[in-house]
Amino acid sequence: MAGPGPRRSLATRLGRWAIVLGFAILLAFPFYWMAITSFKQTADLYDVEHDPFIFNAPPTLAHLRYLFEQTLFVRWFWNTTLAGAAVVAITLVLAVPAAWALARLTGRWGQQLGIGIFLTYLVPPTLLFIPMSRVISTLGLQDTLWAIIVTYPTFTVPFSIWLLMGFFKAIPRDLEDAALVDGLTRFGAFVKLVIPISLSGILTVVIFSFTLVTQEFVYALTFISSAEHQTIGVGVPIFLVRGDVYYWGSLMAACLIASIPIALVYNLFLDRFIAGFTVGAVK
Amino acid sequence: MAIVETRKLTKVFGKGEEGAVNAVDLETRDGEFLVFLGPSGSGKSTLLRMIAGLEEPTAGDVLIGGRVVTRLPPRARGIAMVFQSYALYPHLSVARNIAFPLKAHGVPRERRLERVHWAAQLLGIGHLLERRPRELSGGERQRVALARAIVREPTVFLLDEPLSNLDAKLRASAREELTQFHKRVGTTTIYVTHDQVEAMAMGNRIAVLEKGVVRQIGTPREVYNEPADTFVATFLGSPPMNLVEAEDVIAGFRPESLIPLAMVQGPAAAVRFRVTLLEYLGSERILVGVIEGGRFDGRKVISRVATASSGGIGEGTAHDFAVPEQELKFFDRATGKRIAPRVLQWR
Repeated sequence: MAGPGPRRSLATRLGRWAIVLGFAILLAFPFYWMAITSFKQTADLYDVEHDPFIFNAPPTLAHLRYLFEQTLFVRWFWNTTLAGAAVVAITLVLAVPAAWALARLTGRWGQQLGIGIFLTYLVPPTLLFIPMSRVISTLGLQDTLWAIIVTYPTFTVPFSIWLLMGFFKAIPRDLEDAALVDGLTRFGAFVKLVIPISLSGILTVVIFSFTLVTQEFVYALTFISSAEHQTIGVGVPIFLVRGDVYYWGSLMAACLIASIPIALVYNLFLDRFIAGFTVGAVK
Repeated sequence: MAIVETRKLTKVFGKGEEGAVNAVDLETRDGEFLVFLGPSGSGKSTLLRMIAGLEEPTAGDVLIGGRVVTRLPPRARGIAMVFQSYALYPHLSVARNIAFPLKAHGVPRERRLERVHWAAQLLGIGHLLERRPRELSGGERQRVALARAIVREPTVFLLDEPLSNLDAKLRASAREELTQFHKRVGTTTIYVTHDQVEAMAMGNRIAVLEKGVVRQIGTPREVYNEPADTFVATFLGSPPMNLVEAEDVIAGFRPESLIPLAMVQGPAAAVRFRVTLLEYLGSERILVGVIEGGRFDGRKVISRVATASSGGIGEGTAHDFAVPEQELKFFDRATGKRIAPRVLQWR
């Protein structure tokens, strides 16, 4: 064979591009649909004679204006960010040390405890929200953002522990031993070695917890009743769906605005995620 | 540089289990290259890890440079260790890997750079400093691990099978380099291996371990020529020492001592040797066979002879062979321990 690396035929290359293009369209389409619907006049959207993929009438800012002026969207966005940050912080503080301890526990106890903790994640919120609401009212947290800040970790923490255990187990013990010999304390080795190496896992936990806060519905709906304390996940469907009237333009605008930051973060750290999933594959 | 000493050092992992290391008393010499040699499960790595402080002893003490360090964490023992997996920090460049112990000990930046370059120079890895560990070959990783170990000039080096992840060819040259390196820095070194070739080639002395007990400690020549018991006799040497049992005694002789009768001068134990299998190794041949007739009739023994002096020997033929008397070692049959020479009737 001549030249560096195998030459691929035109058909193979075209085939690859077709696959890549297909996936790109599949993934980008929801964003396109949200964007175009946000700016379409309602009459244009509902007319079945019109081509649904383009503007048939001039675009409008009416839906955005409605979203920002007639609803508490900005407030909901802020609430979601705040609750998201708090839940992420609580999750990391609890899950990272717990996962580390469980991953390093010798014998079968570590594994079994890990599975036990993960099982609690499988209990659905629809079963838990009634007993949970009693707890919330006993704590006097009903109708505040705190209600969800303290309840969301009940499922982000178990899942994150389970996820991080996998990452931590992939770190060879020798590495920690080497750090101990090289002059660190056990805690120092954890902070300077284990955490940087498992950064992709920790990042995954951050994004998982944050997206959960933006999408969760049952707890947020039952624990918080006043509009100014709601999150996007509850405020948007409640106030933009009135009976059987859907405010499609504003709904799509709200979804687009909420999803863009998360999509950006995902793309920014894409390499890290992939590195995370292949950790331990290389000796 | 320092002397490492263990006093009745013991490690028992599970309650009621046999000890992984049983009351080991050892003392290195200053600047010595001491090898712990033993099969897997002999406790050699556990012993090393207790000296490093990575494993807490069940009983006994570790002394480094005359100071009892049993209760001290690894970082306070002035040691450096090279692991079998090299344990390079995957998220740091080679330069930062080497600088890691210095940084952990609060060495200022200027001095750190200086030391890193000194270590890299010494091991010939100056051109790799900006790379990540995963971009290195096995041999390069091993050098980086060594550089990280010497960079802060430890009083003792602990090496845990550092060559076993290299391929055979590289291993031979790495062995040589390590020996040269030890001669240059002169630091007391403890080296763990299960490979007797490494142990014989590199060690000033070898401690042979089995089941958590030091069976013998001595120079390579001593443990090979004067084994203290049947375990040491059969663990060292390839093929191992031949052992034949009489009433209360076991007689042992190395395969290279069982040679054609015609080549033996002086008193010797002569036997009739029928060759059943012949392995050609170039300059030498391994003859596997049985003793015919006499007291040890039917015993399987192995001979290693120069190809040049064993021309007429083929599979299935029987020949007169003999072992020079001074090459015979005797062991107590009950304990396996070495005993004084006896006169045995061979024919």
